[in-house]
Amino acid sequence: MRRATANGSLRRRLLLSLLASSAVLAIVVYFVVQSVARQVAQDSQDNVLTASALSILDSARLSSGEITIDLPYSALSMLDSISDERVFYAIRLEDTFLSGYADLPQAVRSGGAGPAYVSTVFLGEEVRVATVGRRVSTDTGQRYLHVSVAQTLSGQKQALARISRTSMGIGAGFFLVSVLLAGIISRSTIRPLDRLTASMSRRGPRDLRPVAAPVPSEMVPLVTSLNSFMRRLHQSLRRSEDFIAEAAHRVRTPLAVVRTKAEVAERKSTDPETRKALTEMIRAIDDSSRTAGQLLDHAMVTFRLDHLTREEIALHRLVEESVERTRPTSELKDITLDIADLDTATVKGDPILVQNALLNLLDNAVKYAPAGADIKVALNAGPQDAVIRVTDTGPGFLPSELSALPKRFTRGANTQSIVGSGLGLTIAKEVIEAHGGTLKIANTTGGGACVSLLFPLS
Amino acid sequence: MRQFALSIVLMLSASWASAFEAENVAWFGPKDSERVLRIISTADIAFFEPMIASFLNATPGVAIDYTVASSTELQKAIIEERQSFDLVVSSAMDLQTKLANDGWARRYTSDATSALPSWAVWNDMLFAFTQEPAAIVVSKTGLGDLPIPQTRNDLINLLRQHPDVFRGRTGTYDVRQSGLGYLFATQDTRASEIYWRLTEVMGGLDVQLFCCSSDMIDAVKSGELLIAYNVLGSYAINRPDHQDYAIILPSDFTTVMLRTALITSTAQSPELSGRFIDHLLAKSHGPNAAPLTSSELDLGRVEPSLNRIKIGPGLLVFLDQLKKTTFLSEWESAIFQN
Repeated sequence: MRRATANGSLRRRLLLSLLASSAVLAIVVYFVVQSVARQVAQDSQDNVLTASALSILDSARLSSGEITIDLPYSALSMLDSISDERVFYAIRLEDTFLSGYADLPQAVRSGGAGPAYVSTVFLGEEVRVATVGRRVSTDTGQRYLHVSVAQTLSGQKQALARISRTSMGIGAGFFLVSVLLAGIISRSTIRPLDRLTASMSRRGPRDLRPVAAPVPSEMVPLVTSLNSFMRRLHQSLRRSEDFIAEAAHRVRTPLAVVRTKAEVAERKSTDPETRKALTEMIRAIDDSSRTAGQLLDHAMVTFRLDHLTREEIALHRLVEESVERTRPTSELKDITLDIADLDTATVKGDPILVQNALLNLLDNAVKYAPAGADIKVALNAGPQDAVIRVTDTGPGFLPSELSALPKRFTRGANTQSIVGSGLGLTIAKEVIEAHGGTLKIANTTGGGACVSLLFPLS
Repeated sequence: MRQFALSIVLMLSASWASAFEAENVAWFGPKDSERVLRIISTADIAFFEPMIASFLNATPGVAIDYTVASSTELQKAIIEERQSFDLVVSSAMDLQTKLANDGWARRYTSDATSALPSWAVWNDMLFAFTQEPAAIVVSKTGLGDLPIPQTRNDLINLLRQHPDVFRGRTGTYDVRQSGLGYLFATQDTRASEIYWRLTEVMGGLDVQLFCCSSDMIDAVKSGELLIAYNVLGSYAINRPDHQDYAIILPSDFTTVMLRTALITSTAQSPELSGRFIDHLLAKSHGPNAAPLTSSELDLGRVEPSLNRIKIGPGLLVFLDQLKKTTFLSEWESAIFQN
């Protein structure tokens, strides 16, 4: 059978798309957490800077027309309380620098009051600057006092590194959970398909019943067309079997008439040439009617296999009967037909089919064994199976043909002189396989053929 | 101490001289060495020599160029003249902090620095290697049978009860001249209001003002002073004649100055500087320490009352010109009451 060409895998495609989307989500989670945390860290730093700047601003006093500022110790020490930071400040009365670091940039707020912030580089390091201001009354009128406080970012960077690690962990954890879920999801999604595949592969070769088990809605069209396909296949098979049976049946009766006429003519004829021709004709007619008979048998077997009954079959009795039925034919050829061994065994199945199979084997043995040969039939019951073995002292099978023989219309190369259709082994094989057993053909050590039917005892 | 006296002179002369004034220079190790570590320090050579000797012992082939300067001149050398020193060692914690804060220091981390207690390191730039308390030095003989004060409160009571005995015979730093005196005074005000009461009492008793600890100790020894307040305890204990006077670490709180070292941002041999810092810290901290200051001042005994000056931007507050002006005017009004 030709294996279907695989083009990608649904499960893999599903898994990959799930993984890709969860990877994207994990990255998004990582960046969102980080940006939120960065904002929070920035805000808290800004708040501390503002508090520091406001405490300096609050210490400004007007004494005798001059502005004095009593820089609170905590204003600068609070900026260093959690992590060591470099700290800068500048106090300005409008454009006049009063104290601190004269070069420190001032954060400017575009419109509105309240603290202003700017990130910049000062004295070789990144700093965050907060600037607050308020109006003060001096001798020269209302003037504006600005206080800027700046801090390096080492504490913030530590916090961000910690947050970065945490959000990396969150992202990775999210991804791991997604991987797990993706595995489960893709498996469970594909499961109905696997189930259908398994139920289809478990079926016997002739099982063309429609699939009845419920399937997901996406698979309904596939299963519907599969069912319809099988129905058509079944019909077509049935039609061709019917046709063959019908044809064989129609051919057999006229053949019988022709044979009788030919025999009569042979008996009456005195011309040796005519007699010889008529003998050959009868032989050909025998061949044809035997084929027609086997075709009918085969059609019958096929039909019964479709509706296999399961009755108790006493194999030993069946063997005895079949041997007795074959005995007249064997005696015609001077062939000794014996039951060598007869255990008692009972199997379940269709007795007519099993007998037909056995008769075909016996028939073959009688037909292909030379005159004066011995045919032995044995029934052995073991713990696992019951074996009916038919052995003869004929020429045996050609070793090269052992596997091809049980196929339909295949005949051995050493049987040219004998009438036969090539259906006997096929019928036996189909029957035994329908009963869950196997057919084995081999040669005995003496060179004769040995055909066995193995029935499982379960 | 002599160096401090000299530094005042140099400070005055520095207004017209462009180059910073070194008080002393010394070269240790091989004369022609390629690997030279240039150190500028406020500590005089005798004080620091044991540390240099043990470093050179452990690191052969290295030479050390050691320059002694006052804390003001040291600032000038680094900031104004951009002299290429590798290490700055100073007792002026506020100025050291400002150097580091303003970007003149290089960050350095090693096993030794990460093993430091948190008070001994700032921003991986400043490393403390001594703890030197501000002490009250009392003349044992001069006090007679008066009790030796153990706290500032004791001292205030003693002065108030015997004004005639102490008039003109107490001494402390002139915080307008001495950076260390200013540092001690400002830290005292942070710790307790009692500093102002004490200053006012001493001001009322015609307190004598000094530029440096060694002069105060000399004055106590000579009998000129009975009590000197905020004397650098390490100088007092390191003198061979320290049995002649009592060194009191006030049990209400004892302000402790940390001598610190930093690697300059312009250091020519940062790797060697790092090794020197490691050596300095190994000798100063931990179980096998051999600190430069005498262990007779058992700081562990007064640990609960230790008020270590915290290295950090808080020290910048008292360097602020407006703040300093305010503080000094308050101080002057407390000292000079008439």
